[in-house]
Amino acid sequence: MVKLGVKDLSISYAGERVLEGVNFDIQEHEIFGIIGPANAGKTSFLKAINRMDMFNTEMTVDGEIRFNNVDVSKIRNVYGLRRRIGVVFPLPVGLPLSIYDNVALAPRLGGQKDKAELDIIVERCLTRAALWDEVKDRLDSLGSMLSGGQQQRLTIARALSQDPEMLMLDEFSIAVDPVTTMRIEDVLKELRSEVTIILVTNLVQQARRLADRTAFFLGGRCVEVGVTEDLFTGEVQDQRTRDYVEGRFG
Amino acid sequence: MEQPAQNTSSGVDASFDQLNRDWYIDKAVQVLVFLGGISAIVFIIGIFVFISKEGFGFLVGDFNFKEFFFSPNWRPTSESKETFGILALVAGTASVTGLAMLIAIPFSLGAAIFIAEFASGKTREFLKITVELLAAIPSVVWGFIGLAIMNPIIIETFNVPVGLNVLNAGVILGLMAAPIMTSIAEDALKAVPDRYREAAEAMGATRWQVIYKVVLPAAKNGLLGAVLLGVGRGFGETMAVLMATGHSINIPTSVFDSVRALTATIAAELGETAAGSSHYQALFTIGIFLFIITFIINLAADLIVRGVRKG
Repeated sequence: MVKLGVKDLSISYAGERVLEGVNFDIQEHEIFGIIGPANAGKTSFLKAINRMDMFNTEMTVDGEIRFNNVDVSKIRNVYGLRRRIGVVFPLPVGLPLSIYDNVALAPRLGGQKDKAELDIIVERCLTRAALWDEVKDRLDSLGSMLSGGQQQRLTIARALSQDPEMLMLDEFSIAVDPVTTMRIEDVLKELRSEVTIILVTNLVQQARRLADRTAFFLGGRCVEVGVTEDLFTGEVQDQRTRDYVEGRFG
Repeated sequence: MEQPAQNTSSGVDASFDQLNRDWYIDKAVQVLVFLGGISAIVFIIGIFVFISKEGFGFLVGDFNFKEFFFSPNWRPTSESKETFGILALVAGTASVTGLAMLIAIPFSLGAAIFIAEFASGKTREFLKITVELLAAIPSVVWGFIGLAIMNPIIIETFNVPVGLNVLNAGVILGLMAAPIMTSIAEDALKAVPDRYREAAEAMGATRWQVIYKVVLPAAKNGLLGAVLLGVGRGFGETMAVLMATGHSINIPTSVFDSVRALTATIAAELGETAAGSSHYQALFTIGIFLFIITFIINLAADLIVRGVRKG
């Protein structure tokens, strides 16, 4: 089943094109990788999906993005859409709330008030994000006081707390050490059975380890979409893809 | 092989070590800036020493702790027995300031939230300038508004004999304090990083939820600082409360009672007292008291706002 359908998508900021010609479908329960150098339009793409363009008057999105076969540009309640989609930003954002409240925020926004239920959600999400053991004795301390790597796992726990149907990770490992990165990657592999994952990464090997299919964005265009392994074994449409995954530029 | 030529036999070249013009300008500026920096401290100590000296005679002479703080009778010119009780004056100041804060806090927080979170572009700039303009209106103008506009309105609306009372002064003082509080509160909200807002928005928080659940908690120290600065302003304000309170000594039982403020008492009476008299010195003792109160409030506000920057 198609979770996210993208057709003729283009994005501009104040009239300047930053991304165009994006056409692909993301299947349910797949990990879909997006690789590409800086300024390729990867982050803008994610922003268009969960309608973060709404408060940015400069940003215009053309074309079509369908989530669960619903055109997101026609959605009236964007908050409902965003609650179905968890987002993890490149730099960790521990909100200046307690660790517990960080994770409980999204369920609370959704109306969950039952303390016992929240306790379960908090423990489950922190465990999944490989953070529970480190913080279980100090859930009351400030989330913004954790180390960078811990904050990033907190961010992932928070993204999971809303029970998303889709998870979008934007270069999540930039501020995380390699060991933690591996642990989070293991978590993502487990999540695949329940969640559709879009993994934007500047580490091509990370895409290779995790992604079922991968798209290559370059200079504001989607150059290539294919089964990840094909990209790495050289079965590509575009020479630039091969050069990029082999580390000849970017 | 030839050896490289040497300038001097010992290798010492001190020609760069000259006390030139740039060096002297630098030193002079350092001294000037230092003097400017410590002048505030010098002045505040000077003021404190001065009012302490003037009030000192009273403090060691006629000063009666119990009477001063707990007697509602301020009769500095009584022929039979002078009494110097400031309880009624404190009550006057506190009631007016309290009412002013009840009015100013919701107004200024609302304005700050709108300017920082909702308004954009030209609206925002226009509002900011307007608020700053409002903060610059002289207090005597506010007092005049209380006297000439608020007074008849209150008399007519509530059918009371006098319109110069706690209500009048509270409203005037609230409107006076609101702009500066708005300005500080807006700074505190703007200091909350956008990535917090983005993170909350991405979770599906509505705009109000973002503000209520994330932005306000993150800015709470700065907001508290803004409120305390408003309170300090209320305590210290003189001219407007002198004109709008009715200036009669009273422990108020309703907002329609006229009261008298600590500051207004000093302003109104100091010119008519003989220098060095008990009355004169008692007024300076009030000055010391006010000085200490405002100092504590401002210090608290400052420490709280600082706390926000560190966190």
